[in-house]
Amino acid sequence: MHRVLGDRRAIALLLGPALLVYSLIMLVPMVWSLGYSFTKGNTIDGFTGNGVANFSRLFDDPAVRDALWFTLKYAVVVTAGQVVAGYLLALLYVFFLRRASALIRTLVFFPVVLPTVAVGLLFQKFFQVAPQTGPVNSLLNAVGIDSIDFFGSSGSAFWVLVAMDIWRSMGFYAVLLFAGLVDIPDEVLESARLDGATGLRLVRHIVLPLSLPVLMSSLIFSINGTLKAFDSIVALTNGGPGNGTTPLTLYMFQTSFTYSDYGYGSTIALLLTVVSLLVSLVVYRVSRRDLTEG
Amino acid sequence: MSLRMPRSRRTRLSLFTAGTASLALLATACGGSGGGSSAAPDNFNYLSVTENTTVKTALTTLSKGVCKPANDALPLKVETVPQASLDQKLQLLAGQNALPVQFAAGNAPALTQQLAKSGKVADLEPKLKELGVLDQLEPAAVSTIKALYGGKLEVLPYEYNIEGIFYNKKIFADNGLAVPGTWDELVSAAAKLEAKDVQPFSASGQQGWPLTRLISDYLFRSLGPDALRKVADGQAKLTDPEYVKAADEVAALGKKGYFGKGVGSIDYDTAMNQFLSGKAAMFYMGSWALANISDAAQNKVGAENVGFMPFPAVAGGKGSVDQYPSNVGLGITLAAKSFDKKTGAWVSCITENYGATALKDHGTITGFKVNTEVKDANAVTTQVRDTVSSSRQNVLWFEALFSTKATTISQTNAASLVSGSMSPQQFMQTVQDALAAQ
Repeated sequence: MHRVLGDRRAIALLLGPALLVYSLIMLVPMVWSLGYSFTKGNTIDGFTGNGVANFSRLFDDPAVRDALWFTLKYAVVVTAGQVVAGYLLALLYVFFLRRASALIRTLVFFPVVLPTVAVGLLFQKFFQVAPQTGPVNSLLNAVGIDSIDFFGSSGSAFWVLVAMDIWRSMGFYAVLLFAGLVDIPDEVLESARLDGATGLRLVRHIVLPLSLPVLMSSLIFSINGTLKAFDSIVALTNGGPGNGTTPLTLYMFQTSFTYSDYGYGSTIALLLTVVSLLVSLVVYRVSRRDLTEG
Repeated sequence: MSLRMPRSRRTRLSLFTAGTASLALLATACGGSGGGSSAAPDNFNYLSVTENTTVKTALTTLSKGVCKPANDALPLKVETVPQASLDQKLQLLAGQNALPVQFAAGNAPALTQQLAKSGKVADLEPKLKELGVLDQLEPAAVSTIKALYGGKLEVLPYEYNIEGIFYNKKIFADNGLAVPGTWDELVSAAAKLEAKDVQPFSASGQQGWPLTRLISDYLFRSLGPDALRKVADGQAKLTDPEYVKAADEVAALGKKGYFGKGVGSIDYDTAMNQFLSGKAAMFYMGSWALANISDAAQNKVGAENVGFMPFPAVAGGKGSVDQYPSNVGLGITLAAKSFDKKTGAWVSCITENYGATALKDHGTITGFKVNTEVKDANAVTTQVRDTVSSSRQNVLWFEALFSTKATTISQTNAASLVSGSMSPQQFMQTVQDALAAQ
């Protein structure tokens, strides 16, 4: 075996096809797309090179700043919400419901399998103010508060969006973290209890450190997903009101396909790639350090 | 297992790999360019928007009636997309050189001009002259199209609309209101209605344009018909105080709640429905709404209860009420490469017969001549037709001379303007920035 793997030609032969396919369907489009960020134009007029103009525009464009800020805010808030809610649910499954948790687990997991667009429409109806008063506003009216136009300002639209995405995905994180908690040996928990650790202290000193690896994977999962959020936002608010809930992904989409500015759209995509890369690196380093300590 | 491969087999394998690679490269290289040949179409493909049902239905009627010979040679085939994604679809199709035979022009005339510049859109004036049907188009419609499309006839006037305020006569009479002649009278009428718990206006904030039209109309009345031409030419900015004033006036209507609740989530159909079911007293819309007003199934207040008034005058303004905002609706364009004899037969049949069919079946006014005597569906249709023929000067709409980007920005932010989450100054600045970015 060693002789085969030491032979360069054998390596080339074994890796070649896979590398070729990978290059053709991954690397070529990526480099191609990078190339577009140095151009101006669209499919109708054709493309012309314009140097680094797109990049300097990226720094001057207030819409990019707004979108980047929204993307980061959304990623942080939704990630925190998803993982915390998921973890609390997982604790509930393991320590309170124990073996009876299957039904609850299924029910909480249910929104994960629903199509995002359907969930978006559901929440739209749920929070709507006109032409019909939605259930949330009916409830507010019943306790004597005037209807709120949730999608009328970017602040309230943001929170509806956050609520929707947490509701939609917490079941997934609950199941993921549940798997981590189930892995903790019973003897460890038992001996901790004998030593007098109960309730919050048990969670803080025993359960949390032991489930840290899976918690970190959840964080990476969640941050990666939320930085690239697109479908749920389009379904619920379509970036509105104005561009109040427009993340980078949607701004990129609009720039390329609605405003027909492919070059600049591709520059925005590059920015998103860099942001995702940086965040992933940070999370990876933090998680590595924590693991060695724990 | 032997670890060495026989040489001949290795050569064959590497040759195979190299062959696959070059084939794959060839395939990707071809993908980009696409075929540019002008293939004769198999169908009279018509790409339309979901929101507009009139053109679709009227064309189908024609295809079974007078245009049957043209339809037999080139069968009509309708495809629709939501208006909001029309521009996108057209740009993608144009990039692939796959534009249908006939399609709804983009939401901003700028897109059609761009398509025309790259030779994708048929220049209709010589084509229609050749077919001998150019005189079937109303001169007013032709001049409106030319004003919009850089002096060229690039779309067919399936609609010819003037815009104004439709009002519910019964609600006005019940509340002792006269038809407002000035902006101040309009605002005070709205205040009176609001005080009596009647929603003064219905408007779609989701579409945005029904709101931005109010701004442009105010500008045309206060600054004169060339107000927006000056912005397009760079002689004036939307952020100039007299321009911001218009946004200010419209925002004030919203601030007082005259558009009802949640205007941003009201779509076109809902706004129409609010007016036609008597829940709102006034509805700013183009004359294409006559199709809905004439339809007894949709119009619960009855066509006899609907009146039409021009956008009111602004005290001390340079414009006058007989300058009507007019347009050709969502213009419909023909692709250059598929305009052949069979398409020509369809086009001649349409220009000769569409006007009468649309008026008779849908009560809508088009830019085609009405060649057979048609009785108007109702009084308000007659009123609008009379207004069209007596109209002195046409003005455009807010986004008419804007780029696709500025159009989108203006329309998506309109709801924020009237809901108060964006100040008039901010709104005009945002649109002006989008204009400057192009």
